[in-house]
Amino acid sequence: MDGAESEPIVEMRGVHKWFDEFHVLRDINLTVGRGEKVVICGPSGSGKSTLIRCINRLEEHHEGEIVVDGTPLTSDVRHIEAARRVVGIVFQSFNLFPHLSVLENLTIGPVLTQREPRGEAERRGLELLERVRIADQWRKFPGQLSGGQQQRVAIARALMLRPKIMLFDEPTSALDPEMISEVLEVMAELARDGMTMICVTHEMGFARKVADLMVFMDDGEIVEAAPPDVFFGTPQNERTKAFLSQILH
Amino acid sequence: MAPLISHAVPVHSPRRARPIKAMPWLTWIRKRLFGGPWDALLTALAIWAIAVTLPRFVEWAFLEAAWSSHDPDACREAAGACWAVITEKHRVMLFGTFPYDQHWRAATAIAIMLGMMAVSAFHHLWSCRLAVAWLLAIAAVLALMLGGAFGLSPIGTHQWGGLPLTLMLFIGTVVGGVPAGILLALGRRSSLPAIGAVSIGFIEIVRGVPLIAILFMASLMIPLFMPEGVSVDKVLRAQIAMILFFAAYAAEVVRGGLAAIPRQQFEAADAIGLTYWQAHSRIILPQALAIALPALMNDIVRAFKNTTFVSIIGLFDMLRATSTALQDPRWTLFAPEAYLFLAALYFVFCSAMSAYARRIERGLPDGGRDGRS
Repeated sequence: MDGAESEPIVEMRGVHKWFDEFHVLRDINLTVGRGEKVVICGPSGSGKSTLIRCINRLEEHHEGEIVVDGTPLTSDVRHIEAARRVVGIVFQSFNLFPHLSVLENLTIGPVLTQREPRGEAERRGLELLERVRIADQWRKFPGQLSGGQQQRVAIARALMLRPKIMLFDEPTSALDPEMISEVLEVMAELARDGMTMICVTHEMGFARKVADLMVFMDDGEIVEAAPPDVFFGTPQNERTKAFLSQILH
Repeated sequence: MAPLISHAVPVHSPRRARPIKAMPWLTWIRKRLFGGPWDALLTALAIWAIAVTLPRFVEWAFLEAAWSSHDPDACREAAGACWAVITEKHRVMLFGTFPYDQHWRAATAIAIMLGMMAVSAFHHLWSCRLAVAWLLAIAAVLALMLGGAFGLSPIGTHQWGGLPLTLMLFIGTVVGGVPAGILLALGRRSSLPAIGAVSIGFIEIVRGVPLIAILFMASLMIPLFMPEGVSVDKVLRAQIAMILFFAAYAAEVVRGGLAAIPRQQFEAADAIGLTYWQAHSRIILPQALAIALPALMNDIVRAFKNTTFVSIIGLFDMLRATSTALQDPRWTLFAPEAYLFLAALYFVFCSAMSAYARRIERGLPDGGRDGRS
């Protein structure tokens, strides 16, 4: 994976966003190449979740330009649908559908939005559950699973739509400590398979291992962006240094 | 250094069932009925009240009652209740002015409606097939009641009455009112200002007006505004009024259920590309309705009792049919017995529905959130 040569799949140019009067994203410029992994970190409230939620339009940006797989994000519903077709997202709190079984959680998307035959969707769903090592739980309901299991189901649900880009919004922050590694392992595997990934996470061990680019955000701005060896080895900005010293002990 | 005081004893204790402590009935009486001077006083008062009223009621209702005489004079001679009025007048009370020789049609309609209601109480039977069965049942009931097809003689809606009319109005109110209430609840939350304003306006106006006023409007004012020659059936007008009234209340209950669904569920549905209607029909409403169902059952029980209001605009529901039956001068005297019987009938229906509501409140159907997460 040659980062410098691959073509961009996500481009954010001069993106600004406000929550009422609060300027939450300030002049964001970020380009992500196909197959590359970007890890975004920063103190809470720095706008990192908002940034990735702009990529599949769960949040609307107010200025600047976001292009996802060739589709510029505007208020045009067709553009939003096109972007959501290629972008999968995994949330901090899993957000599985509690009234549907694990397998139904996976199949409802492709069956309804891509008119995939149910049997075919179920076959793929079981395959993906196998891949996230939870195949034996397909009958259960989300409430009967542990947090780590739920999050792996959520990853499988996002993969069901064959996304080109996966967004992870603090996927391990709501998990008990003993369940974090099972989720990170699945994510690392996904990375090895060549998925384009943008992860908001504080798991710096994972970041060091997987990331092509580290991005540090503070106060709505990208403060520093560098490959992980540079980022962790010789951070340039004082705010980055302060943040890293707190998080790495 | 002082010796360590804290310690714990590691053991291996196998799991076993929790021991059950039974309370002897004498202890139960002492604790529950005479737990203190205030409890003892209340218990004594209650026993005194029962002792004073119950024997006289039993005497009136059973011991000295006249059970089955076709002669009202025999009833006059009896010191107690005259239950004969019910045997004598049950046909009118149950079927109103429906043609006498066609009562089997109305009775079949009652059986179909009660059967469908009973089946619907089992939520593991809820499916598309049950919805289709309901549509067929409603069609069958209308065919039986209206006639004019399948060799059945036509019967006008002005001849409908009694229990079939009560049940039809009730079922029509629920079947029409629940979907309308859901649409109003969604409308009230809509991001389109016009739809939101219309929904809020409708809900608040209807909730601010008594049902009787809406029924009067439907029966008296709608005909005034209709173009010449267009007339809407009186029963249908009452039915529409009751649906609108029910829908306004149901909308608020459903809105409460919708409000309980976390924003993240909408986001997750958006993220996998579901449209507004897909997200609502498959993700949001199943969860919201499961939450709203116990409260909705309250409105449904109330809708059953509200059917009695149509007697005011001249429809012969069970209540009106009974009062009509009592206009027979030979039996007028025995109105209390007839109304008591009617009250018992309403009580059976409403308490059955309330019991069902309590049951689903304890264990929500599959749409409910599993509290184990």
